[in-house]
Amino acid sequence: MVNVTTTASSSTSAAGPAATSPTHAGTRFTRALGIITIAAMLSLAAFGLVFSPADVVQGESVRILYIHVGTVWVAYLAFVITAVSSAAFLWKRTTSLTWDRIAGASAEIGVAFMALTLFAGALWGRLSWGTFWVWDARVTTTAFLFITYVGYLAVRGLGGSQQQRGRRSAVVALLAVLEIPLVHFSVKLWRSVHQDASVADRTTNVTLDGLMLFTLMLALVAFTLVYVWWVLLRQRVLAMQDALDDKGLDYALAERRREVTADALPGSVR
Amino acid sequence: MNAWQVARLVAAKDLRVELRSRVVLNQVLPFAGLVMVMFAFALDKDNILQRVSPGLIWLATVFSLLILVQRTFAIESADGALDALRGAGVSPAGVFFGKSLALAVQLLTLEVLLTGLAVVLYSASFSPGGAVVMVATVLPATMGLGFVGTLYGGLAIGASGRETLLPLLLFPVVAPVLIGATRATEAALGAGGAATSDGWPWVALLTVFAVLFGVGGSLAFGPLIEE
Repeated sequence: MVNVTTTASSSTSAAGPAATSPTHAGTRFTRALGIITIAAMLSLAAFGLVFSPADVVQGESVRILYIHVGTVWVAYLAFVITAVSSAAFLWKRTTSLTWDRIAGASAEIGVAFMALTLFAGALWGRLSWGTFWVWDARVTTTAFLFITYVGYLAVRGLGGSQQQRGRRSAVVALLAVLEIPLVHFSVKLWRSVHQDASVADRTTNVTLDGLMLFTLMLALVAFTLVYVWWVLLRQRVLAMQDALDDKGLDYALAERRREVTADALPGSVR
Repeated sequence: MNAWQVARLVAAKDLRVELRSRVVLNQVLPFAGLVMVMFAFALDKDNILQRVSPGLIWLATVFSLLILVQRTFAIESADGALDALRGAGVSPAGVFFGKSLALAVQLLTLEVLLTGLAVVLYSASFSPGGAVVMVATVLPATMGLGFVGTLYGGLAIGASGRETLLPLLLFPVVAPVLIGATRATEAALGAGGAATSDGWPWVALLTVFAVLFGVGGSLAFGPLIEE
């Protein structure tokens, strides 16, 4: 947690080992953002668990929805950002890897939040619908989205050069944009043929209590802050990892060269 | 040389390799047949096989697709064949269409066999109208699978661990084909009392899928395989 180098490392255009790569994940901005985020999450916990009332129909289980809605929003936001950054990476071939790293960082957080969404959704479903899972189009598509981005992260880990990683994963991210609407549409068509009424009848609770609405909005804001905070940190960690890959090799090469020259000169110090 | 000529040459090359090596004939087709028999072992109860035979045909197809895709890129990564292809400076879209076409031809052979097996083993049967729907289903579904298989197969080429990664990437993408082709085949076979005309919306879905991934794949294949 040293903050001496924050000004030097705030450059986001670091393309290679020659440019200034960050030496710390945190900046003054992310630290301030972190404090605000933690405060927002604490107040969400207070509002969600204590201040907001239980629902007339759903009872206490409605509190799960603050997590469910907040996380699913962040997951979708994260995947949109991944797609946009991937497009930006592919747009001009010479682009810096920063876009690729933002895409990767965003997808990692998206996958984590999507897992939370599915988990919280299953719990809520068990309490409200009596079952953990329904083959509803929206639920099924969400699960597919989750698996797709788990695959995306696996593609990022395939190895090869950083440019190769960037291209491969960007293509996968953009194909997901093609795939997901198709999956959604076909699952919807599939269900409409085989199931008369969907269980997802959520219209019973039409009038939303003011405090509940506020808590829901607070959840959206708080989870978005978490997302922004973590993406900023994570993409800098990824940049540091890339820099380590590059510089680590340079360093090893320089070391070997020094050894060779030391051996070649008999009158040297060693 | 334009993209179509490249596609034709690549497809002819892939099919020639398959004809001579007989890997598909001796290994993949028997595997697919075996899967159909295994399904029968697992699901033999109250005549359920006849009702679910459309789904089984396409599940076996999708499983075999994995093997075919691995095979079609194994022949490219051996002896630096893909490097040579890249070095030749031919259109990547042409290579993509060529490999997709070769894959689709192999899949088509497989599907004919699987449908035949469903008739023999699961006592599935066609009406004349159903046969038309079946042909209209198989063509776009096979093209779609060929495109997607080539695209995701090319993605992981040369990377270690790709054999295990491929199903994870491929299965979510082919889900619409599995759903669409199964429902259309149900209509064609009249399985579960489905009407023959119910198949056409699904044929439309399969066509949309094939066109989207044909276009998307031809655009994406270049950046994917380039070093």
